Amino acid sequence: MFSFEPGTFLFEAWVARNQLLAGLAVTAQLSVITIFAGSVIGVFGGVGLTYGPLPIRFLLRVYVDAVRGIPVLVLILFSYYGLALLGIHISPFTAGVVALGGFCGAHMSETVRGALESIPAGQTEAAKAIGLRFTQRLRYVLLPQAVRRLLPPWVNTGVEMVKGTTLLSIIGVVELLLATQQTIARNYLILQFYFAAGMLYVLVNITISQLGALLERRTAHLRY
Amino acid sequence: MTYQFNFDPIFRSFDKMLAGLWLGLWLAALSLAIGCVIGLLVAYGRQSRIAPLRWALVTYVEVIRNCPILLLIFFVYFGLPELGIFFLDKIDSFILTLSVYAGAYLSEVFRSGLTSIPVRYVEAAKAIGLRPWQRQRYVVLPVMFRITLPALANNLISLFKDTSLAAAIAIPELTFITRQINANTFRVMESWLTASVLYLVTCYAIAWALRRVERRYAVIR
Repeated sequence: MFSFEPGTFLFEAWVARNQLLAGLAVTAQLSVITIFAGSVIGVFGGVGLTYGPLPIRFLLRVYVDAVRGIPVLVLILFSYYGLALLGIHISPFTAGVVALGGFCGAHMSETVRGALESIPAGQTEAAKAIGLRFTQRLRYVLLPQAVRRLLPPWVNTGVEMVKGTTLLSIIGVVELLLATQQTIARNYLILQFYFAAGMLYVLVNITISQLGALLERRTAHLRY
Repeated sequence: MTYQFNFDPIFRSFDKMLAGLWLGLWLAALSLAIGCVIGLLVAYGRQSRIAPLRWALVTYVEVIRNCPILLLIFFVYFGLPELGIFFLDKIDSFILTLSVYAGAYLSEVFRSGLTSIPVRYVEAAKAIGLRPWQRQRYVVLPVMFRITLPALANNLISLFKDTSLAAAIAIPELTFITRQINANTFRVMESWLTASVLYLVTCYAIAWALRRVERRYAVIR
């Protein structure tokens, strides 16, 4: 099992190391971009869903509910084939980021809305009573408290996004899964390489969950 | 923007799309059923006194929950035949994957359901002289299913959305059919819009139907 000859897993993995690491890098890049974009959309979307005027609330509701009811793969294929039609010359990577970012944003919006609505009304009333404007109430009173409730589902969505990046292999983004498949196409070590890639994903995701748990302990003082 | 909408090619293959949707629903329902059995066994197994069994089950749940499902699909479909495990067709292999995937998530649902049953229920069941398996069969399980019904509904919907991944191994469900129509007719917007609407309507129909079931079986505490 530990022999280092052509045709063995260790040898082939060493041969393919650059390709696999590049795939892992693309996966990491995709995850970071989509989670960041999704969080930004989520904060604005969540605030809009909770405090926005009726038309904005309605539009956001349509966006959030539509995206959450459509499979991610359909969103990805839609954005990949559809954006090209609009005359936007777009790479699979960008199309994937648009779809995954939009998907992540919809889920984050709903999470942020839930967190904001779970803050007791007394907090808003007290903030109003001491004369804080809306933006100040958000900045100093509501969002800091929301963060605490936001963290667990936020970390969860992050893990889901890392897993979701694998779907971009279908439109030809060479992330870890497609890099693995390309390696397998060369050496036919199907079980070993899929297993190794799977363990890599598990490792990354468990690390993220652990970091999230650490962050939760660090922000425990934010509760009221 | 000069895109001309033309839904004719879509209407001509609409029955194929509906067949794909139906197949997806079946895949989701079957996987949920098998997943429930797996999840229940794992949830009870994790209460076992045998530590190695508990560790094995925790490993199963954590690995599956942290592994991308697309990778699992490929692993089962392309990898298991290497171990001498052959499937009748790819649909079987997909159902196996989705069931194992669902089992890991559902075991967590059932585990929290089992712990949320008030101790006094079990005590009352003991007091009227029910045997351990009778306590589970007549008291714990019915209450647990009612408590976990909303979570089961969510799982069914997300399993249904996950059946779109069966397109990756060429199972002719809605996403695969849509991709074919898209490639054959170049009606990009029309085909994907139709597929999106079909998925949306189905998801909300499932959600609506299950909410009615939930109301019917709500737990009065």
